[in-house]
This record gives sequence, C-alpha cells and structure tokens, in this order.
Amino acid sequence: MLTGIAGTLESNDAMITVTPADKLTIEVKSVVDAFYHDQIVKVIKDTLFDSKIANISVMCQDKGALDYTIRARLLTAISRMEEQNG
Amino acid sequence: MLNTLGRVVPDTERGFISATNYQSQERILIPEKAVVDKPVFLGSIKAIFDQYHITDGMTLSFHHHLRNGDQVLNQVCREIQIRGIKNLTIAPSSIFPNNAIIAELIEAGNITNIRTNYINGPAAIPIDQGKLKGLLLMDTHGGRARAIESGNLKIDVAILACPAVDYDGNGSGTEGLSACGTLGYAQSDLRYAAKVILITDTLVNRVKQIDFDGKYVDAIVKIDSIGDPEGIVSGTTKITKDPVGLKIARDAAAFLYQAGVIKPGFSMQTGAGGTSLAVAYQVRKMMIQNQIHGSFASGGTNGYYADMLKEGWIDQIYDVQCFDLDAVKSYRDNPRHLAISASKYGNPFEKDPIVNQLSFVALGATEIDLDFNVNVTTDSLGRLIGGSGGHADTAHGAAVTIITTTLAKARLPIIKERVTAITTPGEDVDVLVTERGIAINPRRTDLIDKMKNSQLTIMTIDELMAISHQLSGIPQAIKKPGKVTGLIVYRDGTILDQLYQRL
Repeated sequence: MLTGIAGTLESNDAMITVTPADKLTIEVKSVVDAFYHDQIVKVIKDTLFDSKIANISVMCQDKGALDYTIRARLLTAISRMEEQNG
Repeated sequence: MLNTLGRVVPDTERGFISATNYQSQERILIPEKAVVDKPVFLGSIKAIFDQYHITDGMTLSFHHHLRNGDQVLNQVCREIQIRGIKNLTIAPSSIFPNNAIIAELIEAGNITNIRTNYINGPAAIPIDQGKLKGLLLMDTHGGRARAIESGNLKIDVAILACPAVDYDGNGSGTEGLSACGTLGYAQSDLRYAAKVILITDTLVNRVKQIDFDGKYVDAIVKIDSIGDPEGIVSGTTKITKDPVGLKIARDAAAFLYQAGVIKPGFSMQTGAGGTSLAVAYQVRKMMIQNQIHGSFASGGTNGYYADMLKEGWIDQIYDVQCFDLDAVKSYRDNPRHLAISASKYGNPFEKDPIVNQLSFVALGATEIDLDFNVNVTTDSLGRLIGGSGGHADTAHGAAVTIITTTLAKARLPIIKERVTAITTPGEDVDVLVTERGIAINPRRTDLIDKMKNSQLTIMTIDELMAISHQLSGIPQAIKKPGKVTGLIVYRDGTILDQLYQRL
C-alpha cells in the first residue's frame, strides 16, 4: 500500500503517516492531547485544504510539535506518498 | 475555606497565611525518645513486626537516602502484605519509581495514609485515581522535620536503612556495600520515633563516622542487601548539552553576577537536574574568572561541588544527601564537607537554618504562574510527578530565588495564569529565567532597579506568557478534577493547596 511518512518520535516533533483513502480520516495521538487536540486537527485540516486534498487518511503521532512542524511533516509525508505514486 | 493564595483548603486545617507567618508561631518540641542502653539484634524484617507488634493503624517511617535503589521500604511492604495489616500510615521522606509495591498496598487497603515530601512513579498512580482511602500529605524537607519534632507526625516505628552499623548501634552512611553518604533526612525520625530500627547489610566493629547515634537505636537487623548501588547514587550527573538549557544557565549566572549576588563570601544551592548543574558550572566559571571565593554550598550535593570545595572556591559544603559517588567520597574524606539534618537545613523553627543563609538558589518548575507561584508537585493534568523536597524551604530562605526553565516543554507553556497546584508561594520566588527572557517578581523592586541597565532581556512574566502562547497556542481547558486526594503542606504546617483525583 502507498504510504508517506515524515517526522520522528522525538520530543517536540511529530511523526505523520498518510495513505490514500476515499474519505478523510484524521487520527491524533498526542502527549498534549488534553490541551491541543482541537488545534492539531485544525492545522492538519487547514494544511490539507491549502493542498487541495479532500480524501486522505492521516495518522499524527505527536510529541509536542508546534503548528509549523506539524504542517511541514504533513506536507513532506504527502509528497513522499505522491513520489511513490509517480 | 480559602487561604490567602485563593486556594480551597479544608475547614478543619489552618490555611496558608504567608511565608513569614512562622515568625509569629511558637516552636513545639515533644521530648526526644528515651535513650536505649544497648540495641537488640533481630534476625529478619519479619521479626521487627513481632517484636514491636506492628499492627493495624500504626505509622511507620522511612528515609530515601538509598533513592531509586532502596530495598528496605519494599521489603517492609512485602511483610505488611503477607500479614494483611490494614490502615497503615507510611511516612517515607520520598517515594521513588522503584517503590512500586506501594501501589498494591494502597489498592488493597494496607496503606491508607501517606505522608512524604516527594512522590514519583507507580505509587502515585492509584493516588491520582482516588484509591488511597485517607489522604496524601506532601511536606517540605524542613517541614517534615517540624512535623516530627512537634508531634504532628507521630511515628510508631522508624525503619531506617543504614549502610553500616556497629555493635553499639552507631550507623554510618559512608561505609558498606550501599554507601550513600550523609543521612540528613532521617535525623528527626531517629530522635522522635517511639521505636527506631536500623536495617543494614554491613556490620562492623566500630563505624568510622557516626551518622546515626546509637543511643536512639532500639534494634538492628542485618539483611543481605539494603539496596541496589546502581540506583542509590547516580554516576556523575552531566551538564545539559541542550543549547537552550545552556543559554538559560548562562543568562541565570549573568543575572546573578550583575545583580551583585555573586560577590566574595556568597553561598549557593542548585538542584540536581542538568540545567541547574549548568548554572552551577557557569557560576563556578565566573568565580574563577573574577577570583571570587564563596562561603558555602548546600543541598543535595554532587561531584561539581566536591571539586569546588577541594579547589578552595568554597569553604564548606552543608549536605543533607549525596547525589553521586564523588559527593559520598568528599563527605567521607573532606572535613569541610559537613552533614546536616533536614531540620538544620530547612526547618523554619530552627534558630538559623542553612537555607536562611543562602545568597541564591536555582530551582526548576513544572509550572509557574503570573503571581510567581511554582508547581513541582503535579503536571498540568494534575498527576503527581514530584513534590517540594527542599523547593519551598530554599525558596523562602535564599536571598534570591531563581527559577530556570524553558518557556514550554513539549509545546505546553510552563507559565500559567494559575498553576495547577502550589508547591512554593510566589512571594518567595524572585526571578524566572527562560530562553526568551527574564522576568523579575514585581515585589523585588531592588532587583528590578539593579538590572535597569542590563543587556539581558528583561520583561514581565505576562509578556513571557504571551510569547509562549504565540508559539504554542493557548492550551484548551481540561476536565474538572474529582475528589480531594491530598494536601500540600507548607513548611510551617499550614495548607497551601489540595490535590485532586484525575477523572
């Protein structure tokens, strides 16, 4: 199956895994879930919207990454998935 | 009822008034235990229970000088479990991850009340879940000494690990298989518990250095091993390599120098963590550069302080506990490395406790709020992760109290509008040093004045919080906590805050 992975499980980073899907699913496992769950989901949704991707499966294992890190990891994971596709 | 910090405390307790309120209180001293003519030798931990009729509802105390290698508390817990004794209060000076067996005894109702200065690891989990039937009382190191000497914490049997014991019952911390250095936290237990038992794995004819005076000792038990040396003293703690931590340490030292704290004869204490150690290292560099000799260092000490003593940069070390083997050796060999009791260290009712003579202390924080109140007892979810230890004692005593921390840890801002739990009241916290800037407590107009022309980035704590919110986003509110599980007791015995069950 096609997957794209980016990031690490180090503190302040996130590991993001994406796979093609026929609907949007976002799963977040975060060390700061109680405080930032909604914000992490929002960053992922906004990034996908900007990339014009509607249907995809996103798994975010977050170790306290800031928004720009999550965004960068997600974009890299998507491009790695697409590279395999090409 | 609310205390002066706006925290709910039980109506049956005295709420915190102020850090200096102890000055208007009387010291209460119960008589010391009767002198013992000659200690008896018992064959096993089991025999202690028979000899001293340890039974339901009693209070047993322990110390944590064997730290994460301690086997004595664990073996006593196993005996409690076998005998099915119920409703015990245990009062170890700290509880570490290797004391996991406590969790089982809480769940089974063997242990229903706990009194300690620090708790970390599996034992904390059932307490967070609300399974401790009674309460967890969290003291400070100095406050525990006050609680014992005043009879507020009555100990039926003190079961004290001791690395070497002689036939007169004198105990030493620097000899034997499990040498751990000074035994400062157990000195009140030794003098005021109804019965005192030393547990050792090394019997000698005569100890070279007396840390426990045999006249208080009722019985001695020799077992195979009191602890795992690996967990007792760490190897030399390394200074942090994290560039952010190093910048914080450099700025903290520069602040102290510019504020005139580092001057001939000054005294210091820093914690054992990597950043605190880096502060000590930077201060030492400054001392060498400017040829400034200090007077003493105190605390839990380590090899860095032992070197400073050896090289003559400080005249004395006042030591309650040794963090590493170099400190143990220094205490054993250097007559200017002195052992002190927890009471002499931080009991507010001692005449001149060491903490009151400190020029500065550098401490950590899991949270700090806009009033400079510090939490090192819970995380931001309210889960137990530590406790005061000497935090509140030194923060009160030291002329300048510096908190060093990154602005956020794994995204979560350290500066809050209100800390989850108050370990140390803000009136005793003077300076917050972060990687983005330094905030001075508005109460310290003298420090603000001294730093007026400093090149260091000085701003308000509100501004620092705003920066961290910009970077991390504002954390969303968490679920309301459950029932009260414990109390945070200030060093004078008043209640700072309550601890709550996590739902």
